[in-house]
Amino acid sequence: MRFPDDLKYTEDHEWLSPAGRVGITDYAQDALGDVVFVELPEVGTAVKAGDSVGVIESVKSVSDLYSPAGGTVARVNEKLREQPELVNQDPFGEGWVFELEDVEPGPVMSAEEYQAKVESE
Amino acid sequence: MRWLPGRGYHEAEAERGVSVRETPLTEWHRQHGAKMMEFGGFLMPIEYGGGIIQEHQAVRGDVGMFDVSHMGEFAASGAGAATFLDELVTNKPSDLGVGQALYTPMCYPDGGTVDDLLVYRLASDKFLLVVNAGNLDKDWEWIMRQAQGREHLELQNQSQEMGLIALQGPKAEPLLQTLTAVTLADLPYYHARQGRVGDAEVLISRTGYTGEDGFELYLNAGDTVGVWERLASLGARPVGLGARDTLRLEARLPLYDHELTAEITPLEAGLGLFIKWDKDHFIGKESLASQKADGLKRRLVGLEVSGGIARAGYGVRPREGGEAIGFVTSGTKSPTLDKAIALALVDPAFAKVGTELAVEVRGRSIPAVVVKTPFYRKPVKADN
Repeated sequence: MRFPDDLKYTEDHEWLSPAGRVGITDYAQDALGDVVFVELPEVGTAVKAGDSVGVIESVKSVSDLYSPAGGTVARVNEKLREQPELVNQDPFGEGWVFELEDVEPGPVMSAEEYQAKVESE
Repeated sequence: MRWLPGRGYHEAEAERGVSVRETPLTEWHRQHGAKMMEFGGFLMPIEYGGGIIQEHQAVRGDVGMFDVSHMGEFAASGAGAATFLDELVTNKPSDLGVGQALYTPMCYPDGGTVDDLLVYRLASDKFLLVVNAGNLDKDWEWIMRQAQGREHLELQNQSQEMGLIALQGPKAEPLLQTLTAVTLADLPYYHARQGRVGDAEVLISRTGYTGEDGFELYLNAGDTVGVWERLASLGARPVGLGARDTLRLEARLPLYDHELTAEITPLEAGLGLFIKWDKDHFIGKESLASQKADGLKRRLVGLEVSGGIARAGYGVRPREGGEAIGFVTSGTKSPTLDKAIALALVDPAFAKVGTELAVEVRGRSIPAVVVKTPFYRKPVKADN
């Protein structure tokens, strides 16, 4: 299981990059199983930290996706419409979900803190 | 992302003071990396790590095995057993030859469904009933109540003593044949024979819940792990309940609590074939007969959905809008078809193949169209 150091993490098992990119963690994709559908937020939407902005569906479950920070949705990963499995294959890379601009930080953890949390669960 | 990470239903149930049962294989699943979840009161494997889609494909193309020991088994024996069962269920167990099995709904007097089950005739006066795990206690109470005052009838709940392994897929027969002297090629669909698998005494049944050829192996709880490991060593891939659900849905096989409930009759679920009207009496006959005479108010249809996944409970509307005309009973992304599929209970006016509908998904409407079912049919073998 990977916990890249350059990312921040949320209680809801999402990551936020310094550039405002958002995705779900390796731990989250593993717990969900095969992802088969991603409902992406709309570009241009203004969001607050903790807002429900989309949905990730695996074969067996439906999970809400929350924004880890405030800001405006600047880009979404269009590839996920056809290849939702990228979330499983490369959660921190090709499987990113959306990107925020004008980021207003919300409550996040360091990689070390997040790893400790996951391992205690 | 928000669900209950790292906290299976097991713990949640335990906190609620509900005891979760285990099967003879629960510990094996845990030791082999399965994701476990409570299902029907049992702690069961959902998948083993390679993902549900791979497990699904193993069953369609090769051979997979499922721990279905959570299912309940009741023995009914005595000179009065056949007559009793004919009254208890909608199909006709008394028509079975020895070594034959049937599928049947079991109804309440109002036509709603208590459960759907398999009935085997093991001897002329000995039957085995196989019921859903989630209905085990309810069914046992229901059957015991119907049996009150009956003579020449003995009922026994053998669920605790029995294990059950389903071996499914096009390679199931050659694999199992290496472990048994029973000639499997001579065992027709919905027939069962007692025999040895390895060292274990097993009721070998040519049945399943996947839409593929395969077997269900009823055996002593104590023999279950040994047979499972033999099958694994010969290449049968362990498959969890996640793929069991996608497989059965592609084959349009009903799942209790979804396509069948106390509020849904077998007629509405499209199971009229399993109701034998020539019997003088069976529980629910009058209600079902009048439902049939009056015309059904809703029917189960198959949907192909685009732009999302239809899940159980979502509303179904006409494509052009208007009031809900039904609801989804089960839905998933079909690994075989790579399309979102669903079963829905709808107003018969909207049940024709090709009818354009919409499913309400989290406040949005996504297009759906009524399609023929089953969604998947296994290829016919060349030698048949």
